[in-house]
Amino acid sequence: MIHAITAPSPRRNVELALLVLALAVGIGASAMVGLNSPAAFDSDFWFQSSLLVVAALAFHIVLRLRAKYADPIMLPIVVALNGLGLALIHRMDQPGEDTGNNQLRWTILAMGVAIVAIWLLKDHRLLRRFTFISLAASAILLVLPLVPGISAGEVLGASVWIRLGSMTFQPGEIAKITLAIFFAGYLSSNRDLILLAGRKIGPMQFPRFKDLGPMVTAWLVSIGILVFQRDLGTSLLFFGLFIVMIYVATSRISWVVIGLVLIVGGGFLAAKFFSHVAFRLDSWLNAFTPEVFDRSPGGSGQIVQGLFGMADGGLVGTGLGQGRPDLVPFANSDMIVALIGEELGLIGLFAVVLLYMLLFTRGFRTALGARDAFGKLLACGLSFAIAIQCFVVIGGVTRLIPLTGLTTPFLAAGGSSLLANWIIVGLLLMISHTARGPVDTTPITHAPTEAVTTA
Amino acid sequence: MNHSIRNSWMAAVAMFALLFGAISYVQVIGANDLNDNPWNQRAVLANYCNDRGAIIVGGKPIAESVAGDETCKYQRSYAQPELYAGITGYFSRTYGSTGLEQQLRDELAGSSDQLFLDRVSQIFLGSQPKGASVELTLDPAIQKLAYDLIPDGQRGSIVVTNPKTGAIIAMVSKPSYDPNLIATHDPAKEQASYNQLNQVPGINLNQSVSGPTGALLAPGSVFKLVDTAAALSSGKYNKDSVLPNPDSLPLPGSTASLPNYAGGDCSVRSTADFPFALEQSCNTPFASIALDLGQKAIADQAAKFGFGQDFGDQLKLQSAISVFPKDLDQAELAQSAVGQRDVKATPLQIAMMTAAIANHGVQMKPNLIKTVRAPDLRVISEPKAETLRTSTTPEIASQITEWMTDVVSKGIASGAAVPGIQVAGKTGTAQLGDTGLNNSWFTGFAPANDPQVAVTIVMENVDVLTGAKLTSPNAKKIFEAVLNK
Repeated sequence: MIHAITAPSPRRNVELALLVLALAVGIGASAMVGLNSPAAFDSDFWFQSSLLVVAALAFHIVLRLRAKYADPIMLPIVVALNGLGLALIHRMDQPGEDTGNNQLRWTILAMGVAIVAIWLLKDHRLLRRFTFISLAASAILLVLPLVPGISAGEVLGASVWIRLGSMTFQPGEIAKITLAIFFAGYLSSNRDLILLAGRKIGPMQFPRFKDLGPMVTAWLVSIGILVFQRDLGTSLLFFGLFIVMIYVATSRISWVVIGLVLIVGGGFLAAKFFSHVAFRLDSWLNAFTPEVFDRSPGGSGQIVQGLFGMADGGLVGTGLGQGRPDLVPFANSDMIVALIGEELGLIGLFAVVLLYMLLFTRGFRTALGARDAFGKLLACGLSFAIAIQCFVVIGGVTRLIPLTGLTTPFLAAGGSSLLANWIIVGLLLMISHTARGPVDTTPITHAPTEAVTTA
Repeated sequence: MNHSIRNSWMAAVAMFALLFGAISYVQVIGANDLNDNPWNQRAVLANYCNDRGAIIVGGKPIAESVAGDETCKYQRSYAQPELYAGITGYFSRTYGSTGLEQQLRDELAGSSDQLFLDRVSQIFLGSQPKGASVELTLDPAIQKLAYDLIPDGQRGSIVVTNPKTGAIIAMVSKPSYDPNLIATHDPAKEQASYNQLNQVPGINLNQSVSGPTGALLAPGSVFKLVDTAAALSSGKYNKDSVLPNPDSLPLPGSTASLPNYAGGDCSVRSTADFPFALEQSCNTPFASIALDLGQKAIADQAAKFGFGQDFGDQLKLQSAISVFPKDLDQAELAQSAVGQRDVKATPLQIAMMTAAIANHGVQMKPNLIKTVRAPDLRVISEPKAETLRTSTTPEIASQITEWMTDVVSKGIASGAAVPGIQVAGKTGTAQLGDTGLNNSWFTGFAPANDPQVAVTIVMENVDVLTGAKLTSPNAKKIFEAVLNK
């Protein structure tokens, strides 16, 4: 393969310019909310805006210092999405509610954690040494919500929360990252074995039975989440993540076929045996039948109200603060996409979806450029996770697929999700720094045995 | 590896392409349907405090917007609320709207296309938006009379129409409710009233249709008019046909049998002609006809009268669709032919069937709207009488009319007779399981040779004697009231 070598260029000034634009989006949205509500430009507005500016600039400066070759587009995209989310959540706050400020606190914390990760880790390849620790961590994180004493019990039909003092936290969000690290580590070490062994049946090369191990594990984990935590969305997300990573590691379409068969099979069994899955399916297919609409819990009222809102928004939207998202249950979390559709219209929602597309495209670009298999797999897995999460949420809200409880990355109210997604962006930025930077021929410290593979 | 990374990216882009499609569908292509959905409160909320047009009956508003409180400039108010609730529906902040308030929302809110220029001038003049007012075809005196003919506590419906034009003269049902309770600006009261009213058997505020257009009831013997029309149009039967009339007809393929009504005069003859079978409402002759003609012939004739069909676009009220079931075995067909089993009809459907017979076999579109006027009283629409469908031939219609006059003059509907006027009628008694209770029906028209008015009455869950007292004699009172106008 021919590598065209161009001189590495940091492009941090491009990032700064885009960051100004991104901040204008978030702060502009807050201003419009302020204009359209009785409490125009209260102290919250100034506090929120200045904190967002400070945090974004701090992140930018850290990139200048520690990862100057990092992708210049990701941070502005994420700041724009996060800023817009803050404005929308603030907009939904009723007097006495504090979801907006809570989201701001989590934003600052999440950006802080991502900054610290970039500062301390500097090179993503160090994470490869945590392959099996990540597996253990994932297992613990996923089991935590079921442990009595820590578990926050069943919230809105799913048991995915734990209680930390007065706060609740969703460990599954973090498990998304640790599982991606485990799979990237495991597959980058074992891909040759999985690739070369196997039987060919017709045009398809099937893996050996023992190499099916990770796939079967993944399937069991996903089914376990579905059964014990009743979380259809996360279950789908994990499984999609596994399939893509195995496919990328092996380039064998047979893995995708096996994966899809397992999904369809698992989905079929789940719909047959678990009422919460059957309810979701029914609410999707028969959303406009009166019995289904009124059913509680598990009715289609939420999704239908969201559709009404989006329809009312039409092409250009009602304007920020001018819609009636109070008619949509969970308009600031699960249904925030419907809120965007209502108040910013098709144009606004397309812009947001395009931002996500740009974000995961930059992630895949990073994977292409990464010089080590681990980095390629990790970047690809994390980018695909963002894409699939957006697909599951937005597809659910628009009734393309059944509605499942997943958060819209960076937009929806929810601390765990913000933290996890900012860490993902931090990791992608780190990988892109090594991918876009000058080729470093010196072995990285503390890991002299690590071979840097080129793909 | 790069090749499969590119493929994964393409998979992700493909998923997003689907998302763009879904968003476009919801926000552009499907948006109109979603905005028009009766569950969608946004339109109601958008013009909740505006000055909506009035709904008028006999020159007086039965629904209008009056001055409101500090939260809202205008408040919807209903005069004689119970009398008209089934037609006006309600207009509520929390629960949306139903009835004409829902179906005529564009006109009443002033957002219909015909009012476009008015809207433009409102923008320039800065005046409050004002909707069009709608005058109904209802006759307030007949509406009141019909409503009072249903005793309080009795579930029932009455539909009075002009068979020649399809205009609805009166349409009432009990139990009714006061829409003012749900149109109040006080959310707590609104919710309490809504929950309380929903507990009342026979009221379902959640449903978009109720009363004469919503109650799907077993029609019983009034369905025999369908059998008769099917028999005559098949060519296998004529006015002189002799029909078998055993006391009880064994149902093919089952151990059960279908009896004639024990109390009447059916048992005196083992065969019957059409006049006798209709006058005494014998079951077995009509079951035999159905078994002879087969399911398709009966179902087709039912469809021509409106079963399984909608009522056209002039009624402006949502209506449930009446049912003649499919895929019947012979036993089921025999029972369905006498209006039992799963045959279900709305009171309006039976009224439409009778109106078609009265109008030489031509069914007119039912119509509630006389005029729609802009705020400056200019008429923006004035629906004309329109044909909906042809139900049968003029010859068959006049033959059935002749027999129906016999049912009133010599048969079991004699209570509906009006001195000096020929009345055509048919009764029905649909058994409700083994409860001993029935749906008691009367449907008919007068004068038989030049029909001015058709009346359909159904009383639900009554015993035979109560039913007989509440149907035919009440029809007589309505005939007299309309014809003496």
